Amino acid sequence: MEHLIIAPILIPAFAGMLLLLEVRERQRLRRFTGLLATLALIPVALGLWQQAATGEIGVYQLGDWRAPFGIVLVLDRLSALMVLLTAVLALPALIYGSRGDDRRGANFHGLFQLQLMGINGAFLTGDLFNLFVFFEVLLIASYGLALHGRGPARVKGGIHYVVLNLIGSALFLVALGLAYGTTGTLNMADFAVKVSELEGNSLDLARLSGLLMWVVFGLKAALFPLYFWLPATYASATAPVAALFAIMTKVGIYAIARVYGLAFSGGALAGLGRDPLWVIALITLGLAAVGVLGARRLGEMVAYLLVMSVGTLMAGLAWSSPEALGAMLYYLIHSTLVCGGLFLLADLVTRGRGELADRLEAGPSPTGRGVLGVLFFAGAIAVVGLPPLSGFVGKVALMQAVPAPLYWLFLLGGGLIALIGLSRAGSTLFWRATGDGEERRLDGPRLAATVALLATTPALAIWGEPVLEACLAVAGQWSQPGLYIDAVLGAGESAL
Amino acid sequence: MEVMIALMIATLVGSGVYLTLRARTFPVILGITLLSYGVNLFVFVSGRLSLNQVPVVGMSENPSDPLPQALVLTAIVIGFAMTAFLVVLALRGQGEMNSDHVDGGSDGESHKEDR
Repeated sequence: MEHLIIAPILIPAFAGMLLLLEVRERQRLRRFTGLLATLALIPVALGLWQQAATGEIGVYQLGDWRAPFGIVLVLDRLSALMVLLTAVLALPALIYGSRGDDRRGANFHGLFQLQLMGINGAFLTGDLFNLFVFFEVLLIASYGLALHGRGPARVKGGIHYVVLNLIGSALFLVALGLAYGTTGTLNMADFAVKVSELEGNSLDLARLSGLLMWVVFGLKAALFPLYFWLPATYASATAPVAALFAIMTKVGIYAIARVYGLAFSGGALAGLGRDPLWVIALITLGLAAVGVLGARRLGEMVAYLLVMSVGTLMAGLAWSSPEALGAMLYYLIHSTLVCGGLFLLADLVTRGRGELADRLEAGPSPTGRGVLGVLFFAGAIAVVGLPPLSGFVGKVALMQAVPAPLYWLFLLGGGLIALIGLSRAGSTLFWRATGDGEERRLDGPRLAATVALLATTPALAIWGEPVLEACLAVAGQWSQPGLYIDAVLGAGESAL
Repeated sequence: MEVMIALMIATLVGSGVYLTLRARTFPVILGITLLSYGVNLFVFVSGRLSLNQVPVVGMSENPSDPLPQALVLTAIVIGFAMTAFLVVLALRGQGEMNSDHVDGGSDGESHKEDR
């Protein structure tokens, strides 16, 4: 089963190309293809997780080119976890999208698959330039998806998003040029070995390269001061797209964890960028909390909650002990799924409010007020981190692993501010509603998809211990970059 | 030759950054194009400059490195596609917002911001 590693890239790639060929009028066929491919990712991701959970690091050498020279895909626990999370998030988002949102523009399903391909590729690759290529694949698909459906707000947010990311790509290329120029390799494992032996001018250039990559990943992860594009883009994107985008910021977090936990893990550059990361993470956390309070639309509020989770996670990453990383990964799973669910919920609320859409003003009560109200309540509790749902478990674990009073202050204070913002939003939407909105029934599959995503939070709380243990195992492997390096370079040796 | 290439990259990137900071979509697109030209040259140079050398070990004393050329080819293709996409997006923005300002403001407002 060694070829299973490449399946999370190939399945969406083939499905995406097939979807481009399928006749546009036959929407059913396209939905079927898209859903089937996304569904297939779940058993594949589970299989990969089982493979990685044994502790063995799988190395797949593309075209059988030996490891430091050819491109490798590497499956360790961290990448397996992220691929699994992507698959679990994508299926409900696509089910939601298949209830009509996919008709609002051409090629929704094709772009969705290519986006999945880019995300999975970025999680699996063990090569720095290949990481750039997969970033571009996921970005160009995301440009199309962000603009899916028409509207001036989308185009405006879209232009900012595209221009910023193009500049980010240019910086990434400069960083890669520096990395190759100083070490002569782009394979992450080989790079880690070479970079730890550098000295003098080359060391400074390598440091420059590392810091440039840091900026690029910070842009993807939406860290202060590079997060301003996120609320505008995500709040104006179509709901299932916004839900899928909940994993996109996590690609940036993964890249930082991977590159700084592996490529810059040894020698004089160990711990590069860690101190500024800590400060910036706390600033992001604080400012995003203010953003939640100041948001005038529900979608915008959820987007700021997402930025808040990024700040929380980055601080855990900057602490960089295995315990902190384990707690952070638990919180990452929780926040991705809950924010995805909240984006879908915001759209369900919007549908019943006519002209007011998701603006936070008293208006007609949304269709299915009772059900949606309960869901909103549960989602808010989870995302703020109140007991008994998974946000609480995650925050407690993070606070135990990161014993810094300043972090506790930001985490708890931010939670309180978010709670105030969310309760104001909830009471405006559900309690101060005047009269009934349009009489329509809630769409079953849409509701089911939303419930499925939000139901992960009690599940994560109930099975909190095994999940947290699994996350700690992931973190344990991450904190020993030697294992990864040996696995990749060893695979190259044995292929001789 | 190194100095000349370095100055060329600096000029391209400098003009690119300046144009990218403009408030209208057309200069921004031009700026991004110049920026990517500069960056592509930079990646190309990362394999060291050498004249009249074959990229095959054993056929010349100091073989040139073929990998940055492959990298740059990938980067050019990606950059080209992205620029084309951005042009289409800017045109659509022009159509939907009746303005080529990057924030979609009306012409009166955007003139004020230009100054």
